Amino acid sequence: MRSDAILNDAARGSSDPRQRRPIPAWVATTALLLPTYGWLTLAVLLPLLTMFVFSFMSATPMGKTPIVFTLKHYRAFIDQPYLINIAWTSLVIGFWTTLLCAVFGFLAAVALARATVGRMRETLLVLLLLPFWTNGLVRVFSWTMVLRENGFLDGVVDMVLPDIGSISFLYTRYAVVLGLVHGYLPYMILTCYIALSTIDDAIIEAAASLGARWWTILLRILLPLAAPGLISGAVLTFVPVIGSFMEPRILGGKVGVTMGTVIEDQFTQAFNWPLGAALSFTLLAVVLAIFATFSGVLRRGTTA
Amino acid sequence: MTNVNVNSVAKTYGTTPVLTDISTDFPEGSFTSLLGPSGSGKTTLLRIIAGFIRPDEGIVSIGGRDVTHVPVWGRNIGMMFQSYALFPHMTIAQNVAFGLGRRGIHGAEARKQVDAALEMVHLPGFADRMPKQLSGGQQQRVALARAMVIKPSVLLLDEPLSALDRRLRQEMQVELLRIQRESGLTTIFVTHDQEEALTLSDKVAILDKGRIVQIGDPETVYEKPLTRFAAEFLGDSNFLKGKVESGAVRLADGTVVHAAGTLPADGAQATLAVRPEKMFVAKDPSPGNRLTARITTVIYAGQALSYILETADGMQVKLFAQNRDGNVLKQGETVVLGWSADHTVAVAD
Repeated sequence: MRSDAILNDAARGSSDPRQRRPIPAWVATTALLLPTYGWLTLAVLLPLLTMFVFSFMSATPMGKTPIVFTLKHYRAFIDQPYLINIAWTSLVIGFWTTLLCAVFGFLAAVALARATVGRMRETLLVLLLLPFWTNGLVRVFSWTMVLRENGFLDGVVDMVLPDIGSISFLYTRYAVVLGLVHGYLPYMILTCYIALSTIDDAIIEAAASLGARWWTILLRILLPLAAPGLISGAVLTFVPVIGSFMEPRILGGKVGVTMGTVIEDQFTQAFNWPLGAALSFTLLAVVLAIFATFSGVLRRGTTA
Repeated sequence: MTNVNVNSVAKTYGTTPVLTDISTDFPEGSFTSLLGPSGSGKTTLLRIIAGFIRPDEGIVSIGGRDVTHVPVWGRNIGMMFQSYALFPHMTIAQNVAFGLGRRGIHGAEARKQVDAALEMVHLPGFADRMPKQLSGGQQQRVALARAMVIKPSVLLLDEPLSALDRRLRQEMQVELLRIQRESGLTTIFVTHDQEEALTLSDKVAILDKGRIVQIGDPETVYEKPLTRFAAEFLGDSNFLKGKVESGAVRLADGTVVHAAGTLPADGAQATLAVRPEKMFVAKDPSPGNRLTARITTVIYAGQALSYILETADGMQVKLFAQNRDGNVLKQGETVVLGWSADHTVAVAD
């Protein structure tokens, strides 16, 4: 009797029209990705493609000048050699910003990961992220308040060491790097923190039990194990810093001429969109070339 | 001389005491298991000896040297963890050589010692592999080699075998014991597996609520438990409660039970512990203790049989028997249980 009932149940189950068929995997994948890809196509890919087309035009296609196909914007670095210096400046600023972010961000992430007492970790995390709830422009401008002559920094220095005079370094490359480090540090902290928090405490304890002091643990254990976080943090920092224009303009003044500001000028001041677009794509090519050069190192770092 | 001595060590987290006044000595070359339920403080005690936790009070010394305020890296300990804790970004050889490097041993000398250590744990030829490529048992062998290669003063094991499956665990137990015996290293082993504790150690310490309730060789701790907790935690026990009457204990139903060792004074309440495997079904009158009970549950496990019985006044008694003749007692049967007075121990509640 009972086995009959089970058989009947099984038979009914398989022929039940309301029975849900499993959705094929490719349908599910497509359905899950469609919103994102649709959005990206509409909002990023199409405008980017338009810009790419623009970069081959002789003039911005909004005036009355006739448009012809040209490659001359891609020769800008040859025609205007001063651009090479500017690009070099951008790369140097990108390098120092990324390096400083990596050092500070990694150490801060270690502190975060090791802070286990009560709600210390949450508090520290909020304190780190709090400044980023304010507008970016306001943050950069507030640095001018600190760095200008007789600003907050000078005031504090004057209180401690009255004879030293002004140490203001607003409108220098140092100020630009400082502002950029401030802006991109959280990305580095978060990516490093995520990498560090996956490390088993027992690994650190094992190292200590074998005689390792804190600096050995930091350099031989934590640093290599957090390398994936450091590398993704470096990519997240380096790429936008190369193209940044707000910080160089506000904190760099006259010396703050970077690829970012030059490109911005083409769009806002010179109204030469094709040149701006061509420079953007050249910059993209340079960044990709840099990553391609270091891809071996990057890959090893992310799989270790 | 590398004994480990712990003197009136106490540790409190917030207001919760984790360890209260622990004083004990781990003699040179001894293999001691710290056994207890979770929260008993066994891991805390091990971590205090290792140096990961600083005790609020008391002194820890290793080989006569007071290390209470010496950081972990200065204590020269070998440690094994439940999660193996191999460095995932280093090869097996680099893992084993890590502690040597911290002691200034590099190059050919280090390689020689690493090879010897891997030989010892039967993993020669694994030097260039990564930890991920090894099975759990192999990883734990590497961890053992890594801990032993630095010639530590003491070997501290934090449940190193609990992540392994049964067969591997038994293999590793044999291995661990062999290496410990060969090296004569003072070893302290935290476990919640009582069988493992009895098999491996020459001393078992039972912890409960931050205290060592009993410490001694496995046989003594098992056969002569001092407290009800010790009798219950290590193995299984039947507890018989009654009043002391002229050198024996009279239970509530009037049965008189004789016990080995000293009993409290006449008229006092006493709890007696009897191991279920020491009891048997008494066929003919023989000297020793007797108890009549009815079988309520029969648990058949092939080679072993377990019965749960109930006496007339509702007391539950367990009986373990070997399935020697294939005759399984039936549920509902009333039998007379017999056991020797030597196997009856008075325990403190």
